[in-house]
Parts: sequence; structure tokens; C-alpha cells
Amino acid sequence: MFKYFEPSKIFSITSKAPKYVLFLFIIILSIGLTEALILSPEDYKQSHSVRIMYVHVPAAWISLGIFSAITFLSIVGYIFKIRNFFLIAKSLAPSGLVFNIVALVTGSIWGKPTWGTWWAWDARITSMLILALFYIMYLIAWRIFEDNDRVFKVTSIITILGIINVPIIKYSVDWWNTLHQPASINILSKSSIHISMLFPLLTMTAAFALFSLLIFLMKYNTELIKIKNKGLDRL
Amino acid sequence: MIENLFFMNGYGLYVWSAFTFTLVSFLTLFLVIKIQYTKEKNKFIAKFGSLNSERAAFAKSQSINKEILSNTSNI
Repeated sequence: MFKYFEPSKIFSITSKAPKYVLFLFIIILSIGLTEALILSPEDYKQSHSVRIMYVHVPAAWISLGIFSAITFLSIVGYIFKIRNFFLIAKSLAPSGLVFNIVALVTGSIWGKPTWGTWWAWDARITSMLILALFYIMYLIAWRIFEDNDRVFKVTSIITILGIINVPIIKYSVDWWNTLHQPASINILSKSSIHISMLFPLLTMTAAFALFSLLIFLMKYNTELIKIKNKGLDRL
Repeated sequence: MIENLFFMNGYGLYVWSAFTFTLVSFLTLFLVIKIQYTKEKNKFIAKFGSLNSERAAFAKSQSINKEILSNTSNI
């Protein structure tokens, strides 16, 4: 089964896909921005500041999702010695870090009118900051270590340590008294968010997911060409 | 309506700065990755051009190398 993950087999797809993904991303983002900034209603308590949710929440969700995916790929790649899984994980990391930073900064901007402060050492915010540090450590490890075996081992350790933080981020609002409200969207039970706000939120999430796919494809193609460049040196 | 869209009951500065930061971050990341991609591709094309005919034929026998050379205009 793993032979289907061979870079040479999937490069023909990944090299052609970015332009279609970019086109789709622009369309979905335009719809999302129109809904988020114009069509969605203001909140009865937070007024228009609630619109920040449409960039803050999807960015946080996707940064958590990407880190979980990186951890899964690193562990499976390490156990089954699939080098390409590490390449996929490495290509996902830059967009994961950017989404994490976006979540932190937009959260800080939202905090000022809502809580009266730009920053608080609240459990959710602090654990998101720790996740950003794990992303940075992960990316630095790829730059520091030249030897493949070593970099695979080190990045796997970083992701395993970092993944412990993911459930802490998710449940921090339930475990501790934090400034953040508990989750409004539940997959297993009824969500407390109104459909008029849920729709733009999901549209923006789809747009952000497409953007991370676009960056992943471009980065993955770059990494493959880098490997092929080394191959030409050896000829 | 336009005024309401910009000022948003006094929250306009916060909302617009959050959205602007997000979109500027996206654009920056996109450009950085695109520059890296173009650089590696140009390096590959230059290296490929410097190979002698025998080595170039061998390198071209690998489908992925052919794909890289044929996709010069992609993002």
C-alpha cells in the first residue's frame, strides 16, 4: 500500500494541483469574507467584535489539526520507515505555524474590546503559545540536523511531546476557570451557536483549509525538487 | 451602510486589523513558499542544462525529472 506514497508517483498530481486549489481558495474566501464582514449578524453582547471569531477560530482549529497530522505522520513514518511521511509532515508545518500565530494575534486583538486586555496568561492562550513554540522547535530541527535518521528521530520526539499539549488546549476551558468561554460547537451534541454565525464560520474554515492545502502542495513540490537537485549532483 | 461596515459601532479598528493581519500573513507565507519553489526549480533547470548528453538522457529517464522540467509555468 505504501508504494502509492512514493514521491515520483504523486508528483504528477501535486505539481498540477496548486493552481486549481488557489482558484477554489479565492472563491471560497470571497464568499467567507462577504458573510463574515457583511451578512452575518452582530452579537447581542459583543456587537461587531464577534466578527473576529471568523478568522480566530478557524485558524486555531487548523493549527491544532495540522499539528495532530504532523504527529501521526511522524510516528507512522518512524515505525514503518516511510521517508515520504516525514516530507509530508515537514511541508505541513509552515502553514500550521502561521495559523497558530494568526490565532494568537487575532485572539489578542479580540481580547482588548472583550476582556479589556491584549494578553492574559489564561490556560487556553498559554497552551496555544506553547504549541507555537513546538512548531518553531520542529521547523528549527529540520534546519539544524543534516542527517536524515537524526532529523526523523528528533522531529518525532518533538511532535510526541507537543501532542500532549493538544488535549490540554482543547479541554483547558473545561478544566480551569479561564477567560475563554466553553466550546460553542460540539460534533456529538447540539451546538449553541446560531446557524447565521455557524455558516460563515464553516465557510471561513473551508477557505483556511484550502489555503493550508495550497501551501502544503507548493512546499511539498519544493522539497521534492530539492531532493532531485541533490540527485543530479550525484550523477 | 458603508460607514457601518468601516466603523462597526466603534469595533471597526479591531475587526479590520484582525482580518488584515490574517490576509497579510497568508500573502507573506504564499510569497515566501513561491520564492523557495521558483529558486529550487531554477536551480534544477540550471543543473540539468549543465549535464552532458549521456547523463541528461539518464536523468530524463526518471519520470519525476521529466515532470519538473515540463511544469515550468506552475505556481
